[in-house]
Amino acid sequence: MSGESLLEVENLGIDLKVEDRRYPAVKEVSFAIRRGETYGLVGESGCGKSITALALIGLLRPPLYIGGGTIRFKGQEIQAARAGVIRRLRGNSISMIFQEPMTALNPLSPVGRQIAEMFVLHKGATWKEAEKHAIEALAKVRVPAPDRRVKDYPHQLSGGMRQRVMIAIALACGPDLLLADEPTTALDVTVQAEILELIRDLSADIGTAVLMISHDLGLIANMCGRVGVMYAGRLVEERAADEIFRAPSHPYTAGLVASLPLLGARARHGRQRLQEIEGVVPAVTDFPTGCRFNPRCAARTDICIAEDPPETSLPQGGRVRCHHHA
Amino acid sequence: MGLRVNLWLGGVLFVAVVIAGVFAPWLAHTDPVLDANLMNAELPPGEEFWFGTDAQGRDIYSRVLYGARISLTVGIVSQLINTVIGVALGVSAGYWGGWWDDFVNGLTNMMLAIPSLIFALAIMAILSPGITSLLIALGLTNWSYTCRLSRASTLSLKSQGYVQAAKILGYGDARIMFTQILPNILGPIIVIGTLGMGGAVLAEAALSFLGLGIRPPYPSWGSMLSDARDQITTAPWISIFPGLAIFITVLALNLLGDGLRDILDPQSKARTA
Repeated sequence: MSGESLLEVENLGIDLKVEDRRYPAVKEVSFAIRRGETYGLVGESGCGKSITALALIGLLRPPLYIGGGTIRFKGQEIQAARAGVIRRLRGNSISMIFQEPMTALNPLSPVGRQIAEMFVLHKGATWKEAEKHAIEALAKVRVPAPDRRVKDYPHQLSGGMRQRVMIAIALACGPDLLLADEPTTALDVTVQAEILELIRDLSADIGTAVLMISHDLGLIANMCGRVGVMYAGRLVEERAADEIFRAPSHPYTAGLVASLPLLGARARHGRQRLQEIEGVVPAVTDFPTGCRFNPRCAARTDICIAEDPPETSLPQGGRVRCHHHA
Repeated sequence: MGLRVNLWLGGVLFVAVVIAGVFAPWLAHTDPVLDANLMNAELPPGEEFWFGTDAQGRDIYSRVLYGARISLTVGIVSQLINTVIGVALGVSAGYWGGWWDDFVNGLTNMMLAIPSLIFALAIMAILSPGITSLLIALGLTNWSYTCRLSRASTLSLKSQGYVQAAKILGYGDARIMFTQILPNILGPIIVIGTLGMGGAVLAEAALSFLGLGIRPPYPSWGSMLSDARDQITTAPWISIFPGLAIFITVLALNLLGDGLRDILDPQSKARTA
């Protein structure tokens, strides 16, 4: 690994507490993000991607609790830091954009004010300065006529515009790390591309590292240097983005790649049935013994049911957690 | 857009009452307290005394005008106190939850279990009668509905994207409550506050009627009614006009509250009418 690690997550566990029982919703997840890097987390719904992101900023809500492991941000352990310490990181050093731009803005406040609030809150700016910064921030996210747009209310803006405003808010304070949780899921495909480009350009400008969470492999492949694949609360494979498509190592990753629809010339025999991975992600309270993927895995043998696979480093770089990895 | 009769009628009546109170010194014909003249006692409404005179020969028209000052002051200020208490307790309870929520809930239930007029009576009995005590007594006893409402609204707002977003972006609790939650629950609170104001006007009249509010000779509609009890058959105008004043003020506030709900409450069908 080259470059300094900005964020190091080691053996992170997140427990779901139901009455007196604890279920490990996320177990032994480790990954590191370097400064300025774009790291992707991919997996089906309910695999623990979003709660992993929330755990990073100390916003897990009961019944979810951190079950173990360490989170180091700029060398400082923050998994047990005091609420005030983490709050000063949020929005300032670690920022986030969300899936739903339609609801993430306060409907009763002009967007300019909502951007300006970040400067007031984290940089101690006066409202007057902050409002000037807000116009610049809107210009940076390529909103036309930013000096007029700052006075608009969220309902006056389209979904794409609102997501731009969210990005302006999230990047206002020049954070070191941006958590992007499915930032384009709610948007049109054409707008998606613009938003992703915006995130990529701006984060590169400021030197912000991005943790991109998505279920969309194509998006992840375009945006990210390295990719972590999560399944049922475990990081099952971590590879460089281009390699993961060429030679997926974990059967689950292989299944995800195979289930991508092929368009145009890539579909050799005309129409083809979409490939799918049989079954669904099990409920947290109902994870199988051994490898959590075993009930859906084509390569399953006895050891998969008996033993939890250890993490193995691959000779070509990356890590995988499978008894029969390719 | 349909004609919002309740909003307009309520608004016009309320403004009329406010004007009557504010400009009482110019609109009144006589001093409401000092101009007693037993020679004019119990005159029926006529040219000189529009609403007639009472047992002491005071002009009821002038006294009703000055009475509006007391009713409105008590109604508005005590309801403001109620609203501040109710919103502060309700929003913080809904937002923080936990033991604080349980505590506030318990307190609210207790307040709801005690009839607020009886509670206000008890407070008035301890304090000496007067407008300040009235404000305290009525301001401390009617916040439970506001509190319930703001707690419930806060609970539903808490899971809204923008409140979550504010938290993730590093807003402190107080900032979230003031900038994200409060503006978004203001509509229903204004409605319930306006309706509560009518209740406070009535409560003031009731307390003054019972002799625990504004003391004679100062003109409060309630104490005027109380004074007029003996003459209700012989000189009904002495009780009719202050009674009408109470009726119109409370009606105005209720219509206004209803009308505001139609505009402010997103759940109300009349909003799109």
